[in-house]
Amino acid sequence: MTETSNAEIHIGVSIDGAGRHPGAWREPGADPQRLFTAEHTVDLAQLAERGLLDYVSLDDSFRLQSDRRDHVRGQLDALLTLARVAPQTTSIGLVATVTTTHTEPFHVSKNLATLDFVSLGRAGWLVDVSTTEAEAFHFGRRTVASPADLYAEAGEAIDVVSQLWDSWDDDAVIRDVTTGRYLDRDKLHVTNFEGRFFSVRGPSITPRSPQGQSIVVVDAVNELALDVGIERADVILVHPASITEAAEMRERIGRGLVAAARTPEDVSVLAVIDVQLADSTAAAVAARARLDAWAGPLPGESLEHIGTADALADLLATWAEAGVVDGFHVRPATLPDTLNRFVDDVVPLLQQRGVYRTEYEGTTLRDHFGLERPTSRYATTEHRGSR
Amino acid sequence: MSDKPRKQVHLAAHFPGVNNTTVWSDPESGSQTDFSSFAHLARTAERGKFDFFFLAEGLRLREHRGQIFDLDVVGRPDSLTVLSALAAVTDRIGLAATLNTTFNEPYELARQFATLDHLSNGRAAWNAVTSPDAFTGENFRRGGFLERSLRYDRAGEFITATRALWDSWADDAVLADAESGVFVDDGSIGTFHHGGDEFAISGEFNVPRSPQGRPVQIQAGDSDGGRELAAQQADVIFSRHSGWDDGRAFFADVKRRLATYGRSPEDLKIVPAAVAFLGDDREDALEKAAHIRRQQVSPQGAIAFLEQVWGRDLSTYDPDGPLPDIDPDISAEITRGRVRHEQDSLSVAEKWRHIAETKHLSIRELIIEVTTRSAFVGSPKEVAHLINDHVQGDAADGYILVPHITPHGLDEFVDKVVPELQDLGVFRTDYEGPTLRDHLGLTRPRSSIAAGVSSRHWSLA
Repeated sequence: MTETSNAEIHIGVSIDGAGRHPGAWREPGADPQRLFTAEHTVDLAQLAERGLLDYVSLDDSFRLQSDRRDHVRGQLDALLTLARVAPQTTSIGLVATVTTTHTEPFHVSKNLATLDFVSLGRAGWLVDVSTTEAEAFHFGRRTVASPADLYAEAGEAIDVVSQLWDSWDDDAVIRDVTTGRYLDRDKLHVTNFEGRFFSVRGPSITPRSPQGQSIVVVDAVNELALDVGIERADVILVHPASITEAAEMRERIGRGLVAAARTPEDVSVLAVIDVQLADSTAAAVAARARLDAWAGPLPGESLEHIGTADALADLLATWAEAGVVDGFHVRPATLPDTLNRFVDDVVPLLQQRGVYRTEYEGTTLRDHFGLERPTSRYATTEHRGSR
Repeated sequence: MSDKPRKQVHLAAHFPGVNNTTVWSDPESGSQTDFSSFAHLARTAERGKFDFFFLAEGLRLREHRGQIFDLDVVGRPDSLTVLSALAAVTDRIGLAATLNTTFNEPYELARQFATLDHLSNGRAAWNAVTSPDAFTGENFRRGGFLERSLRYDRAGEFITATRALWDSWADDAVLADAESGVFVDDGSIGTFHHGGDEFAISGEFNVPRSPQGRPVQIQAGDSDGGRELAAQQADVIFSRHSGWDDGRAFFADVKRRLATYGRSPEDLKIVPAAVAFLGDDREDALEKAAHIRRQQVSPQGAIAFLEQVWGRDLSTYDPDGPLPDIDPDISAEITRGRVRHEQDSLSVAEKWRHIAETKHLSIRELIIEVTTRSAFVGSPKEVAHLINDHVQGDAADGYILVPHITPHGLDEFVDKVVPELQDLGVFRTDYEGPTLRDHLGLTRPRSSIAAGVSSRHWSLA
C-alpha cells in the first residue's frame, strides 16, 4: 500500500465486448461487427497501454451472457485472447479471468504460466467461480455446489496453481553436455497437493515463468470472495459506494491480512468504478439515458461516475490521497469511447496531480505493482552432486 | 504416374519436441520455452508457405527408472496459448495443437479451438489424441478414472460432442445491427444436446461459429480402427510412415477406405512426420546426418534407450562397449509417459544382438542404427526431388518436417529446398486463401443446423 503523502495509484481497466453497458454495442463508435476479432481487443489494449494503465482485464465464463436478442451474446476465451494481444503490446499487464469450478488446476497453471511466457512477464489471473446450473449442465460432471464450497474450491485451486508455478526452480535447465543431462531433476518438485477438492501430483510440465508467480486478482463480489482474496490475492477488487465505505473496507482487509499472516504492503486494494464520460455532465447523463432506453439499465452494485473527465480525475485523486484505496479497476460503459476519453483526458489530469506514473518503470505486471519477483518456495540453493 | 495430374506437395512444421530427435547440446540450440523460439520457427515456416505449424503435447513429465527423465528436452508451454500468441506474428500459416480427449472436457476445448480460429482468422487445427490414464491422471482431479479400453470410446464421443458445439451457431447468426437493435436473430442460438455414456451435456455454446466452421481435424491413429475412423472423419492424418514402401502401403490403405463414406481422396491429406538432412551434395549430407545422429543419441541416452528394452539398470555398461550378456527383465516397465510400441523385449534384444554382432556395433552405435528412421538426405535439389517423387508416387500428400534444433532448424530447408519444389511446380509460391482449409484444399463444413442433420456418433480405436 502506498503512503498517503505520495499517493501513486494503480489503474486497471476491463475491456470486455463493447463496454460494460448492455446497450454499448449500439453506440456509433462501437463497431459491433468486430467484437469477435483479435483486432478489436488488440486496439483496446494498445489504447490502455498508451494511457500507461497497469493492466487490461477480460471477463470469462462458460455460459451465454444473456437471453436477450438486443444484448451482446457470445464470448471468446479470455486467456487465449490476451495471449493474442501479448505480442502486439509491450508493457501493459494482461489479466485473464479463468474460472476454477469446471476447470483443471493443472491446465490453469500451465496456461497462465504460458501467458506469462508469451507476454514476457505480464500475466495476471482474475479468479472466478461458476455458480449457475447452466454451466454445470455444460460439463455434466456435477451439480451446483454451495457458494461456500465453490469459493473453498477456488482457494484450493489458487494453492495448487501457485505450487505448480513454483515446481520448477529457475535454474532447473542446465544443458550439461558432459553428463548428458538437459535438466537437473533435483530442481523439479513433486508438489503432491492433497485437498478437499483436488489431488494433483506435479511437477508442472511448464518451466517457471518470467514473473515466477503471476499476479492473482480476486474480485470481492461477496464475503466469500473477499476472504479468498485476503488469504491469497495480490490484488483485491472492492465495491465501496462511498469514500467512507472504502475506508472501512481497507481497514477490514488490513486486519484480515495481518490475521492471515500476510504483509499488507504486498496487497493492493482497487475500487471498482463504472465510468461513463462526456464533455459535460449533462451530455454524459443524456448518453446514459440513451443506452438505458436501448437495453435496460446497467446493473449497479458498484461506484459509478457519469460525468466529465475533470470530475472523475478529482474523485480518483481524492480517494487515493485519502489513502482509502491503492487504485481503481475501471469499467468503461462504452468502448472504445469511454476508454479514449479516460486515456486522453483523465490520465493527464492525474499525472499533473502527481498521483499517476508518467512512464512504465518496469516491464512486468509485478513491477507495476511494486512487487519483487519471488524465489520458488521449493528452491534448492545448495549444490547437488551429479549422478 | 505420367497419366495423372501432378499433385501439389503439402508441408508442415513440427516444433522440436521433448524427445531425442531434438538436439539441445549443440551451441546453436536455443530456448525450448521462450516465445521468440516459437515465433522464429512459425515465421520461417510461413516464409516457406507451409500449410501449418504443429505442437505436440504431454501432460506429465516422462519418467525413467522412477525419476524424471533428464537426458532429453524437458518441459514446454501450453500449446493453445502459444498458438494464440503466434496468430499475432503470422498471417497465413495454420496453427495446430495436440489436445488430449482424456483430460479435457468438450465445452472448454471447443471454446478454446473456436477462439483460436476467430483470433487467427481461420487457421486452427486440432490433433485429437488419447493418453495413458493413471500415470498422467495423477495430475488431474479425476485421476486415473478411465479404463484403457474406454479411453477410445471417450475420444470418439468427445469429438462428436465438440462438433455439436461448433455447429450450434449458424454462420450468419450474429447480425450486430445497431439500427434495429438485434444482436443475434435466433433466440435459441447455441443450443446443443449430447447424451452418451461418457458425456451427458446440454445447454448453450457461447462462441459464435468461427471462420473455418470447425478447426481442421488431425488424427494420428495407426490401428485398423483408427484408419477407418480417420477415413470417416479426419481432414489430415499425421502418420509415421515416411518411407517409400510403408508410405505407399499406408496411403493406399487409407485412401481406399474413403469411398465408403462418400469422400474423395482429396478430402483427407496424409502427411507423415519426416526428417531432412541437407548438405552440399549427398556425401556431405550423409556426413552431417551422421553427426546429428550422434548428437541425438548421447552416450547416456544410448544406455537409457537400452534400459527401456532390457527393463534393468544398465548404468554400469560402457556405451562404447558391447551389448549386455544378461537378458531383459520382461516383467518391468521402466519408462512412463511416452508412446511405446509394444514388442516382446526378448525378441527385440535377440534381434539387436544379432545386428550388433554382424555389424560390429557398440551400444551407442547400435542405438543410432536401430532408431534411424527413413529420412530425406542430399543436396537441396536432391531432397526436393525425393519429396516430390514420394508425393507423386502416392507415398504421401506431403510431410510434417521435424527439425532437430530450435529455433533455426528449418531455415536451410525453407531457404534452399522450398525454392526447388517451387521450381518443380509442385509447391505454392504464395498462399491462395486465408484459412488452413484453403491451404489444404478442404471445403468448409456446413453447420448441422444449416444442413438439418444431427451429428452421428463415432468412436476412435
